[in-house]
Amino acid sequence: MTAIASAARAGMARGRIELRHTFTNVQDLWAYLFPAVVFTVVLYFMHGATVPGMNFQLSSMTLPSVLGMNIAFGGLVNLSQALVTEREDGTLLRAKAIPNGMIGYLVGKIVQVSGMILIGIVLVLVPGLFFANSVHFGASSVPTLLWVLVLGLLATMPLGAVIGSLIDSPRSMGLVMLPMMGLIAVSGVFYPITSLPSWLQHVGQSFPLYWVGLGMRSALLPDAMTAAEIGASWRTLETVGVLGAWAVVGLAVAPVVLRRMARRESGSSVAARREKALQRMPR
Amino acid sequence: MTVVSAALGSVHPVRATPEDAVLDVRDLRMRYGSTDVLKGVSFTASRGEVVALLGPNGAGKTTTIEILEGFRMRSAGEVRVLGQDPARGGEAWRARLGVVLQSWRDHAKWRVRELLAHLGSFYAEYSTDAIRRPWDTDELIETVGLTPHARKRVGGLSGGQRRRLDVAIGIVGRPELLFLDEPTAGFDPEARREFHDLVHRLSDDDETTILLTTHDLDEAEKLSDRILILGGGSIIADGSADELSRRMSTEAEVKWTRDGQRFVHATTEATEFVHKLFLQHGEQIRDLEVRRASLEDTYMTLVRQFEDRPGAGVPQDAKEGQR
Repeated sequence: MTAIASAARAGMARGRIELRHTFTNVQDLWAYLFPAVVFTVVLYFMHGATVPGMNFQLSSMTLPSVLGMNIAFGGLVNLSQALVTEREDGTLLRAKAIPNGMIGYLVGKIVQVSGMILIGIVLVLVPGLFFANSVHFGASSVPTLLWVLVLGLLATMPLGAVIGSLIDSPRSMGLVMLPMMGLIAVSGVFYPITSLPSWLQHVGQSFPLYWVGLGMRSALLPDAMTAAEIGASWRTLETVGVLGAWAVVGLAVAPVVLRRMARRESGSSVAARREKALQRMPR
Repeated sequence: MTVVSAALGSVHPVRATPEDAVLDVRDLRMRYGSTDVLKGVSFTASRGEVVALLGPNGAGKTTTIEILEGFRMRSAGEVRVLGQDPARGGEAWRARLGVVLQSWRDHAKWRVRELLAHLGSFYAEYSTDAIRRPWDTDELIETVGLTPHARKRVGGLSGGQRRRLDVAIGIVGRPELLFLDEPTAGFDPEARREFHDLVHRLSDDDETTILLTTHDLDEAEKLSDRILILGGGSIIADGSADELSRRMSTEAEVKWTRDGQRFVHATTEATEFVHKLFLQHGEQIRDLEVRRASLEDTYMTLVRQFEDRPGAGVPQDAKEGQR
């Protein structure tokens, strides 16, 4: 048990180191700043408009929804992307060759991805507040923000781990991104879900994305805004229920899939992938 | 890299008995679909022994090593690695192994020292009085000759420097058994020499058992106490380079000059031939040279003999793994 605990500690250190690395190169800094700039501009253009049929600033409604999207999207995509690329480049095989290395690797990834999402949220929230004047951001919003964040990550990261284990090459990540884009459209991020046909509402409500957004809105919007939601309520219990269910299923399935994926890793499988990737490179 | 003090080419003549064997492989078999990649491989290796696994591509070298590393399930056979079945080896067993992997672009954002200190931290739990784990980071960096690059990003290292880092990662836990799959591919002659010194140091000073594969026969001859040649999925030769060439009784080449004329003669009985030569011509013999068959000659003879044998279907294009 102590070995596992110390591997988990090493994993935390790993996560912190890798998070620090994201501040040291242009590519990662761009990945932080680009969405922050885009969403700030979007919110700027929305700040004069109102929610259809209501006297409420549109940007203030969109800001919490965008934060929710960043959590759900980030948990799923960042983790699956990391698993796919780091399996291809041999990082996972290294972890496998080291005692308890897989535990350290996974803990490290969870810490790193959580940290990246937290930073991403702050980078959208802080400038966004300037153009979303009706958002109620106070001491009382913080506890709700935190539990929605934690539950949102628990619901999406195991799912990301499963997807990352099943996809065999970084070039197949598009298979994940496309349906994710569709899901954003039906999850009430930029559009109130109530204005969609009811079958699409059902689709949206069966995935974590909608519920993380709803949770974020409940944390940052005045209660009067429940009028724009399904059932005219923040449906806190349902949020906990649906996100909790996704988390339980994900945490049950992910270890099995991860173990199966890790078992197949060997020097020759990494070498074969390297060969394939090199062949694809332009000469 | 520090220079080794121990004599090069030390001999370990004692064969392992099953009790003290670090590696004990009996009738190992591997089958992918309907292709038999390994058809009954058996060998042992004892503490501090350096064993080179040679063979043409597709002979099953990588498959064998990956089974021993615990990265691949075998189809049949008895395998004991450090006394345990690698298919069921736990993390404490894993801590006693070192695997040198061919890196590509992993951990590109890490700095050399940072990465070695981090990976080493996983071994601290498995330190014993006899073997202090992990290897001190700075000492390890010095040992593999990366001190000037300790603060560099891994992604910025040259190919040769990266291979040194691969070796450092492989030995950071002070392994009792080390696997090296084509360790010096991409090394320049100097780096190769330094790497050879390191291998001798590990096996002589730390009694590390080493199993390596290589295509460089000169390297195999220099480094290993014993050579195993895999052909078509089984071991076709097992012995020191000397033993193999003697067993093959390959012809030695005798060269000399007499009366300003050059002579060359190939014979399997070089000693006897030279003796007769001197009896016959005495001091007229000048510039005598006897060149015994090199490992390369022996290897080529063995592999050809094997391939010519009727029914010895060498799977020329059998991809190791990937099925």
